[in-house]
Amino acid sequence: MKRFTISPPMAALLLAIVLFLLSGLLPNSYGSDVNIAIAQATNILRLAVFLGVIAAGQTLVVISGFEGIDLSAGSVVTLTAIVTYVYVNGADEKVFVALLLSLAVGALIGFMNGIGITFLKISPFVMTLGMSGVVTGIVIILNHGNVSGKVAPIMTRVIARPISADIPIPGAIVIWIIFGILMWLLLERTSYGKYLFAIGVNRVTAKLSGVNVTGMNLLTYALAGALAGFGGFLLVGNTGVVLISLGQPYLFPSIAAVAVGGTLLSGGKGSYWGSMAGAILLTLMTSLLTTMQMPEAVRRMVLGATLLLLISIYGRQRALRQ
Amino acid sequence: MKRFSWNGLTARYPALFALTLLVLALGINFLLQPNLFARDTLNSNMRVFLPLVILAAGQAVVILGGGIDISVGGIVSIVNTILATRVGLEGSPAAMWQYVGISLLVGILAGALNGFFVAYLRLQPIITTYATSFLYAGLALFILPNPGGGIPTTASELYRSSVPLGLPLAFYVIAIILFVWGYIRSTRYGNFLFSVGGKAQAAYETAVPVTTIQFSTYVISGLMAAFSGIAITMLSGSGNAEIGSAMTLNSITAVVIGGTALSGGIGGVAGPMLGAITLGFLQNIISFADIDTWWETLAKASIIVAALATPGLINLIRRRRA
Repeated sequence: MKRFTISPPMAALLLAIVLFLLSGLLPNSYGSDVNIAIAQATNILRLAVFLGVIAAGQTLVVISGFEGIDLSAGSVVTLTAIVTYVYVNGADEKVFVALLLSLAVGALIGFMNGIGITFLKISPFVMTLGMSGVVTGIVIILNHGNVSGKVAPIMTRVIARPISADIPIPGAIVIWIIFGILMWLLLERTSYGKYLFAIGVNRVTAKLSGVNVTGMNLLTYALAGALAGFGGFLLVGNTGVVLISLGQPYLFPSIAAVAVGGTLLSGGKGSYWGSMAGAILLTLMTSLLTTMQMPEAVRRMVLGATLLLLISIYGRQRALRQ
Repeated sequence: MKRFSWNGLTARYPALFALTLLVLALGINFLLQPNLFARDTLNSNMRVFLPLVILAAGQAVVILGGGIDISVGGIVSIVNTILATRVGLEGSPAAMWQYVGISLLVGILAGALNGFFVAYLRLQPIITTYATSFLYAGLALFILPNPGGGIPTTASELYRSSVPLGLPLAFYVIAIILFVWGYIRSTRYGNFLFSVGGKAQAAYETAVPVTTIQFSTYVISGLMAAFSGIAITMLSGSGNAEIGSAMTLNSITAVVIGGTALSGGIGGVAGPMLGAITLGFLQNIISFADIDTWWETLAKASIIVAALATPGLINLIRRRRA
């Protein structure tokens, strides 16, 4: 008999759907009104976009293995959000340059992470943690109590508003779908993706097979930084304001989303679909707990317990005896 | 005569780099604050550093065993809130000691829960302890939603101003930990610990009880986190559910500065404790150096990154020359 198996991304997505359907039973939820239900689902998806994009870089770094993790993602998000906010200053024509600037700033920080990790042999956890402190320091100096700037109207229109009056799908979701397809192409249809999984499984064999491991590592961290930078750009387009703590709350959820989506934290196995599903599930749970008016304490405990449960189901590592 | 080899030296004495950093930090601090070595100044510094020193020692044991414990800050918070709510400002010394005992049990229990998931269910340490950190932080917030409560002043005075034989209390605590570690290091358990951290598969094949050792490291870390929570409660004299959250990442930084590799099996406990003291003096230097408040975070983070990068840089330069 074939053993019943379900892939982690599907499991996370199914769980999200079931949870969402169950949430209809809550007294202050959508009840039996389908329109409100769809509106609520759309809204949760829209909120999940930002976590999802920030988790993209995290996915790459985690797949690359060697204890890869990017703890600087949160502070990079804050930095590029502030850079965008200040640079754009309400002008539509500057948005494109601001996007490039966000990507470049993120890539630069990620590249420095990569240098520390590959050449100075600092473990990714500590290197990116230290970098997170440095970037936060830069943010504090830039911010200096207050920043003056403004989000361009076109950003709000594209990111936060529905694409047209007839189709009530926010632009962010469309951006995310395109982004997801691009990530899938990158991971599954390019030599970069092939090499990434190769170095994640085993660096030595990858090197012996002719993969430029050093270059791949630098590129992956730079790319992860750039994607976090893109996350900051999107996020500020949605919120319209910047805070010094804008990005930090996304850091650990981005790692959790990757783990929930079935990407092994030890590297070499995973997908961006999984991280997308993870981001949706985590966002849904957070918003449900808020709707249920749970105190912060209970919210944290439920999140922790769920995360524990999910990784207990499919995050188990190989047994020593084999 | 054998040629001086930095690699050889640091391999044999993992705490050497930490000691160098500490002497450097002490020297700079002494220049800025000439009364640094006066008994009262030393005591007031050391009593502030001690909670992190204890926490770093526990973290070091987990990391030596090849794991990592992100939940230690949560355990510190739980202990702090238990003591602050159950004993109270007007509490009797007997109640205080009773709840100190209970706190230690709670720490062991929390550590055992981590150990169960990581060692017996074989979940990845980072994500598992991240999930339990939500559980513990949530529990702490549940016990004490708003900062408050307290412990009797006699208890906090005992911690703050005992200087037996003219030396701050912290020195004795550190000496005891070092003594116990020295003993453990010489036992069979000590050898097992290093072999599990070095290569779990090889350790398993040579009949080392890998699972039990991994489990035990989390219990030790939980216990040390409880001690750390007791110390920080006696230092502050009051309760705050967020007190431990910043300590987790600091404890990991201290371990790495202390020459204990995050990959496990290399290093010791003395180095991380020195690393924690160094971090404390670093904070001191920054507050005494008249740095503009806006620049403080950047200065501190840059120094930490520089400290982390130094061993790698030395190796890189030596390899170029060779």
